[in-house]
Amino acid sequence: MSTSEHRNPRPRAHRTEPAPDGPPPVPEVSARALARRRRREALARFAREYARNRAGLVGLASLLTIGLLALTAPLFVDQAHLTITGAPGESYQPPSWEYPLGTDNFGRSVLDLVVWGARVSLTVGLLATFVSVTLGTLIGVTAGHFGSSGGVGGRIVSAVLMRITDWFLVLPTLVLAVALAAVLPRGIGTIIIAIGLTVWPPTARLVRAQTLAVEARPYVERARALGGGHAHVMGWHVLPNVMPVVLAQTTLLVATSIIAESTLAFLGMGDPTTISWGGILEAARTAGAISAGIWWYMIPPGLAIAVVALSFTLCGRAVESVINPRLRGQS
Amino acid sequence: MSSLLDVSDLHVTYSGSAGDVPAVRGVNLSLDPGDTLGVAGESGSGKSTVALALLRLLPASAKVTGRIMLEGEDVLRMKWGRLRAVRWVGASVVFQGAMHSLNPVKRIGDQIAEPLLVHALVKPDRADARAAELLEQVGLPASRLRDYPHQLSGGQRQRVMIAMALACEPRLIIADEATTALDVMIQAQILTLLERLVDETGIGMLMISHDLSVLAATCDRVAVMYAGRIVEQGPAKEVVHEPAHPYASALSAAFPKIGDPASRLAPRGLPGDPPDPSDPPSGCVFRPRCAVAETVCATVDPPLWPVRPDRYGNSDRHAACVHVGPGEGSGDGSDRSVPHQSSSTEETSR
Repeated sequence: MSTSEHRNPRPRAHRTEPAPDGPPPVPEVSARALARRRRREALARFAREYARNRAGLVGLASLLTIGLLALTAPLFVDQAHLTITGAPGESYQPPSWEYPLGTDNFGRSVLDLVVWGARVSLTVGLLATFVSVTLGTLIGVTAGHFGSSGGVGGRIVSAVLMRITDWFLVLPTLVLAVALAAVLPRGIGTIIIAIGLTVWPPTARLVRAQTLAVEARPYVERARALGGGHAHVMGWHVLPNVMPVVLAQTTLLVATSIIAESTLAFLGMGDPTTISWGGILEAARTAGAISAGIWWYMIPPGLAIAVVALSFTLCGRAVESVINPRLRGQS
Repeated sequence: MSSLLDVSDLHVTYSGSAGDVPAVRGVNLSLDPGDTLGVAGESGSGKSTVALALLRLLPASAKVTGRIMLEGEDVLRMKWGRLRAVRWVGASVVFQGAMHSLNPVKRIGDQIAEPLLVHALVKPDRADARAAELLEQVGLPASRLRDYPHQLSGGQRQRVMIAMALACEPRLIIADEATTALDVMIQAQILTLLERLVDETGIGMLMISHDLSVLAATCDRVAVMYAGRIVEQGPAKEVVHEPAHPYASALSAAFPKIGDPASRLAPRGLPGDPPDPSDPPSGCVFRPRCAVAETVCATVDPPLWPVRPDRYGNSDRHAACVHVGPGEGSGDGSDRSVPHQSSSTEETSR
């Protein structure tokens, strides 16, 4: 019964030294610096990839300009001139050196109005996007997680959530937003909630699909094997892996939200005391600027909406193409 | 009986659209602390299903019956909260794909500390130090803590998985094809590491592999599974080198032996495929592929008989074959099954 010759000799060969199969240990001090350098390099790589997308750069530049203008507006726009009583000029003055974009029916500078309007439009657009992305991500991750690993009860939760999503998806967004804005008290908060509650379903679907893909990875099974609960798996494993998709979706959604805000304001659902691009358009319509041929009252805010929406879309596409290598070289 | 793990009459049935598929049909296993038990078998023999059933990690469509006593507690009857507490603290798993069992967006230090924090065994500010200890225990420098999985080689990642399995100081480690995807050099290192850890800490290890030579080298005892059942079980060397069951002998013969030209010149594979688990053949499930099958095999589904029992009928080796069973000591055609009658002399000579 000589078993030793049959015994697999492989493990014996290395028994003397359990050699670490890595490079020699790096001193502890430099480890942190190394990590920081790696992070910097990763950021630089992202910037390089992004810069390769010409349209994305244009979008970013225009966004930065508009953002800067909106932030610094109080420095060069006199707020008193934006009130009807404190209007500096005559009504309907055509563009001139003093008023580059002319004046409105009250004699306010349209340029000042448009610059000031950027503040509300951007704020509402960003906050509404934040609300809807948060909602969509929560619902998407929950539905995806319980749908794939929650047993029968989980599948019911998932199905119910997705049917709710479908219901919101088939409901005309604008009608729902108008109804919400009409029911809730007037104000910027209402507009943000009305938009946030209506544009989340596509995000939820997207995030759910991504969650299902992540849930199928072995490290999620490992996380459950080591005793991790639902919250741990969703928050620690799924969410970080879903974030890139959410980021790209966010930039794309801002454009939608800004247009939705302008639409609501144009339909008179906005706060009449604040100046936003949609509000300017509405004021121009009620003042009869269209039939009077006062083009400088209508076109600037409309263009501003189009430019901001386009810029966000361009940025979103650029981010998406960096994150998703399959899209690289397209667009 | 205070064994670490005691599985009796474990059945796992997957219910799908095509009806119920029994994947595991009555498996008995037991493991003492400080022991290593190997489970061998080809793909689809149910060995991984057994491993996952131990911690109830199977999907909801799998129906598990029987008894899984982990340190005297029945895993199958645990409440959800208790089960979560037992996972990793009572028994941990080294999964087969180290490549994919690590989250790509988390640092390995955080992932090693993950079970510690999930079970609240250390304070968050101590977690890094403990992770560093664990990493050094598996032969990696602590400076790799802040690395991401993609910065590590396959062997290093498997070491990280082992460090993670050790994190909560479990009494049982289930290594599910832990070395399968690695090349032989790294495989040898990982096996040495696992052996060392079992020796040092006195934990029990259940090692699952299709590679009988790996099991022979690392395990004290080996169980060979075929079509959801254990067909042979016993001390590793004996099972590998003089198997009693024809399937075990075919599995053993499938590996060429170094320094034995005869095995090179006469490759011995096993013809045919494993049976369809939803429609197993009558009698012994191995019969259609068995070289020494007899007519009786079509009707008798043999239980595990003691191989070469002592005068009290006990043996530390069991095989499920009519050639081994009592009263069937003809040994016809099977050169490996030792005739029953001479077994007592064999026992005393050892």
